[in-house]
Amino acid sequence: MTAAGGTVHWAADADEANRIVTRLVRETGETEVVKVKSMATQEIGLNEALEEAGIRAYETDLAELIVQLGADRPSHILVPAIHRNRGEIRAIFAREMGRWGRPAPDGLTDSPRDLAEAARLHLREKFLRAKVGVSGANFMVAETGTLVVVESEGNGRMCLTLPETLISVVGIEKVVPTWRDLEVFLQTLPRSSTAERMNPYTSTWTGTTDTDGPRAFHLVLLDNGRTDTLADEVGRQALRCIRCSACLNVCPVYERAGGHAYGSVYPGPIGAILSPQLRGTASEIDASLPYASSLCGACYEVCPVAIDIPEVLVHLRERVVQGGEVTRRGVKVTLKPAKGHAAERAAMRAAGLAFARPGVLRAGLRLASRTRRFHPRTLPGPGRAWTATRELPKVPAESFRDWWQRTGGGKDDGRGGK
Amino acid sequence: MILGRVRRALGGPGGAPASYATDIDRGYRRRHGERTVEQTVDLLAENLAEYRAIVHRTDAGELPLLLMRLLAERWPDTVLVPPGLPHEWMAAVDAPLVHDRAVSTAAELDRSGAVVTGCAVAVAETGTIVLDGSPDQGRRRITLIPDHHICVVRVPDQVVSSVPQALERLDPARPLTWISGPSATSDIELDRVEGVHGPRVLQVVLVSGE
Repeated sequence: MTAAGGTVHWAADADEANRIVTRLVRETGETEVVKVKSMATQEIGLNEALEEAGIRAYETDLAELIVQLGADRPSHILVPAIHRNRGEIRAIFAREMGRWGRPAPDGLTDSPRDLAEAARLHLREKFLRAKVGVSGANFMVAETGTLVVVESEGNGRMCLTLPETLISVVGIEKVVPTWRDLEVFLQTLPRSSTAERMNPYTSTWTGTTDTDGPRAFHLVLLDNGRTDTLADEVGRQALRCIRCSACLNVCPVYERAGGHAYGSVYPGPIGAILSPQLRGTASEIDASLPYASSLCGACYEVCPVAIDIPEVLVHLRERVVQGGEVTRRGVKVTLKPAKGHAAERAAMRAAGLAFARPGVLRAGLRLASRTRRFHPRTLPGPGRAWTATRELPKVPAESFRDWWQRTGGGKDDGRGGK
Repeated sequence: MILGRVRRALGGPGGAPASYATDIDRGYRRRHGERTVEQTVDLLAENLAEYRAIVHRTDAGELPLLLMRLLAERWPDTVLVPPGLPHEWMAAVDAPLVHDRAVSTAAELDRSGAVVTGCAVAVAETGTIVLDGSPDQGRRRITLIPDHHICVVRVPDQVVSSVPQALERLDPARPLTWISGPSATSDIELDRVEGVHGPRVLQVVLVSGE
């Protein structure tokens, strides 16, 4: 890519990436940039960092525009404004567009066609004026230095070709070795993402081209926890993700909880394994994400790159409860077991002891059977919330093991006769 | 520093495959189904139309008249043309032609209502046309700003069955634009709307013979 006229920058974390992009924009003397929808720039909070530096970043994807104008947060990887209905979008456009540029037309209706037309007019002015574009990339090809952006609306093409300077921020896991590898991914991504044979627009570019497109191209390669994730032999498969969002669409937990509940730009099952690895499990939300799943496995079934999300979830739960060795910012550290799980660990230890000793297990089972009439119908203390909507399982009068022994494995049913 | 972290994460040197070219299993299909040349062209037409491109079929002799008719139907003030578009294609067109020049600004291009180009390759299975910036296709921006794009595909020479076959024909060093139908969005209540920022009308002319 350097050979083709581009400049490469390496960013170990979000702050460094933001500093690099801010500096690059400042060097152009511009105070506005147009943006293609990009998960990586959301992950590092680029818009906020640019704003602090007095640079306005305009989102140009329709859904991202809705989110930005509404001072909102995205709730889905592919359709970030899925939580807004057409009436709300009409209200946001009518109220906010004028403050950002060309106002929404008078008498704007709430039909998606009219709303899209309002966005077209609002953004066209920005595209034609913009001198700096900021993008991510869906793929990078190592052998040719080519970047790929897959999109539907044409805002990507606008941002990639009209500005004089293009800055792309891309996670290092987006690289594929050869040009030929695209034959797999260009067929896989649209099908898993929107169930289309092919998305309306795909752009590829290699460095800069004379007279066609930006004259300066900068690629910011972002680590931000990716090499730490790579160091985990079970968890590293999450880096294969191509952000198609198929796992969100089938997830029963995502369907009920919604994207905002995941506290990250990566919602849904993939977010539940990606965020705690990229950010670590130190915060309450990151430690709880591996539990945001019923382990039903639907996500693994639809994943086009075969990430075994349930396996990684269980692996991360183990890490939260038991602690252990992980890599953070390139350094191996040992995590302490999480405090909140002391009771669980004690219960598991007790269960382990009992299951390893048949005598103890038998005594325990018999004790439970004999005292069954004294068992409460609801649990005391914190267990009460659980039994408020469920019945405790009834303990039978005789355990299976005792029954088996008494009847010789069921041959004699215990009532006489064969 | 980041590359060092990658190496350490993968357990030091020696972990890399000996040869990527031979280690990767390419046992998947290069195309989906057996088709004759005519069937491949038919499939292209069908898939383009399904994604709301308007498909026309003609031969080299009739092409200028067809282009004249397609442009006259929409009355653009001017028609943009890339520098290397064959002159005879536009011989019958009434609207003034605007030749794209390196100094043409985006705002100038915004005044043209239509653009006519050739293409590099077309993919039947996905209903895709690919532009690579050759002289008959021009800079990427000229097929983006006008609201009406007419793309001429020479059949069967420029048609391949599948994405893998298209990638083989294309040069990664050139800026490529893959187009499958007019621009679209489903961002509002998942209701599909055609025509956001790119051309809202895409017409593809499949021209056969010389």
